[in-house]
Amino acid sequence: MSDTLVLLDHTASGALRTPVRELVTLARSLGGGVTGAWAVDGAEPSAQTLAELGALGVTQVYRVTADGADLHAAAVLAEGLAGLLEATGASTLLATSSFENKEVAAHLAVATGAGVVTDADALERVDGALVAGKTVFAGTWTTRCAVRAALAVVLLKANSVVAADADAPVEPQVTEHAFTASASATRVRVVERTERPATGRPDLGSAHIVVTGGRGTEGDFTPLEELADVLGAAVGATRVATDEGWIGHDAQIGQTGVTISPRLYIGAGVSGAVHHRGGMQASGTIVAINSDPDAPIFEIADYGVVGDLTTVVPQLTAELRRLKG
Amino acid sequence: MKIVVCVKYVPDIQSDRRLVDGRTARDGGDGTLNELDENALEAALSVVEAAGEGSVVVVTVGPDDAVDAVRKGLQMGADEAVHVLDDAIAGSDALGTARVLAAAVRHVGGADLVVTGMAGLDGLTSLVPTALASLLDVPALPLAASLEVTGSTVRVTRNLDHASEVLEADLPALVSVTDQANEPRYPNFKGIMAAKKKPVTTLTLADLGLDATLVGDAGSRTEVLEAAPRPAREDRVLVNDTGDAGVKLAAYLVENQLV
Repeated sequence: MSDTLVLLDHTASGALRTPVRELVTLARSLGGGVTGAWAVDGAEPSAQTLAELGALGVTQVYRVTADGADLHAAAVLAEGLAGLLEATGASTLLATSSFENKEVAAHLAVATGAGVVTDADALERVDGALVAGKTVFAGTWTTRCAVRAALAVVLLKANSVVAADADAPVEPQVTEHAFTASASATRVRVVERTERPATGRPDLGSAHIVVTGGRGTEGDFTPLEELADVLGAAVGATRVATDEGWIGHDAQIGQTGVTISPRLYIGAGVSGAVHHRGGMQASGTIVAINSDPDAPIFEIADYGVVGDLTTVVPQLTAELRRLKG
Repeated sequence: MKIVVCVKYVPDIQSDRRLVDGRTARDGGDGTLNELDENALEAALSVVEAAGEGSVVVVTVGPDDAVDAVRKGLQMGADEAVHVLDDAIAGSDALGTARVLAAAVRHVGGADLVVTGMAGLDGLTSLVPTALASLLDVPALPLAASLEVTGSTVRVTRNLDHASEVLEADLPALVSVTDQANEPRYPNFKGIMAAKKKPVTTLTLADLGLDATLVGDAGSRTEVLEAAPRPAREDRVLVNDTGDAGVKLAAYLVENQLV
């Protein structure tokens, strides 16, 4: 059984992004070995990162370097990965379902003939073929989708798998994979790239808990931020809240913003317009707090509170703080 | 400056969307131009207006009704429209769709710039724009929150999960735009009347010289095995706040081990 190559998304300082642990956990269940591709885009894997990967059961880490080209350009990274897949004979590439990785996957589909599944929430091997689970139509339908190609590229949504270390740790070997990007791949010039500063909170796209504010906050996100900090949660927002400038656009949850699937979603002052639902309806448990009993979000909420968020949310925060001691 | 805008006809997201035999049902009579493609059309029309010259061709691939999507493009101000209509295309995955679009762009004589929306609000894979660029062998600049064409260079800004970027490439190129890029114009009466006189060319795979085995189910590298509506959520709770809703909610979260 051939190996699964995991794209090791990482921060600018060389730490693994949280969902990578989930990818590796899932990769182990597919049979065959698990190897990792590390794009050397400035950051190197630290000793601690390599130890984490070893604990997760990654036997090989390939340092992918592009001769003089920028690996932040999707076309360049895709060429590096295509060459690596060919060189190692891995039949599956697993990566986090981000917009950047979707660009890489599209390039790979054209260059290698790979079958691509995006936004998968499960993956298994059935009679040798890879079958992915995914929800569609804003989380209202579930599907199972088989890959009918020799090479599969599967992009997994965060929080789809509970990350766990391997039974026995290994020491990953680090191998160089240097390549020269084609003239075609280097036509896109990355003129500027500004990493978003860390907020001290988890990433919105991969957080286990997300606290979201909408129009009903009337611009004051303070009670939501306090709740998020007690829960170790990320803070998100609706399109209205970001358009009003109450919070940055990067906090927008929706089909055109960040798509989330946390274990717990808490929406306060969120009406639940269809665009927003498209970005959060796949969440595990949905809690809604809204003073309007007719808000559509109550139709999809597991637990709904009809009430004023400015009293309910601080009370919730205080009670959780008390219960946590 | 010749710009081709690729648009999609999709079920209205407010409608009861469903899958039949693993394919998106497109027979509900509630289809519409993919909302995000209005941003693509607006971006293309703005580029032509800023340059003071050029033309916009709007292209779609889809069943009979899909002609409505390009008609809307003509009403907004596009100059001509192409509708690729062929039963063999049904069931195409993202790559199959990109192949048809690439052939259509070539058929109309190519483009200095291809513009698309960031995603189709039905499948939402976001794969088609980049795959299309790759097939056309032009640089892809996806997810533009703004774009500017200066001479023969296109420059976009984009906001990703962890970073913001400025990308640049020489034309010809492909740009996909987000809903941050602009406010799409509404077709006015003049535009609607003018659209009636503009040509819509209907093309088949044979017209495009595209082998039917490369598209549709035959050309797909993925296959939907099962599809079902997600079961309704069970054990739902709805309470009115009578002064202790925050305390009750905290107890619910702790009891269900959610925090």
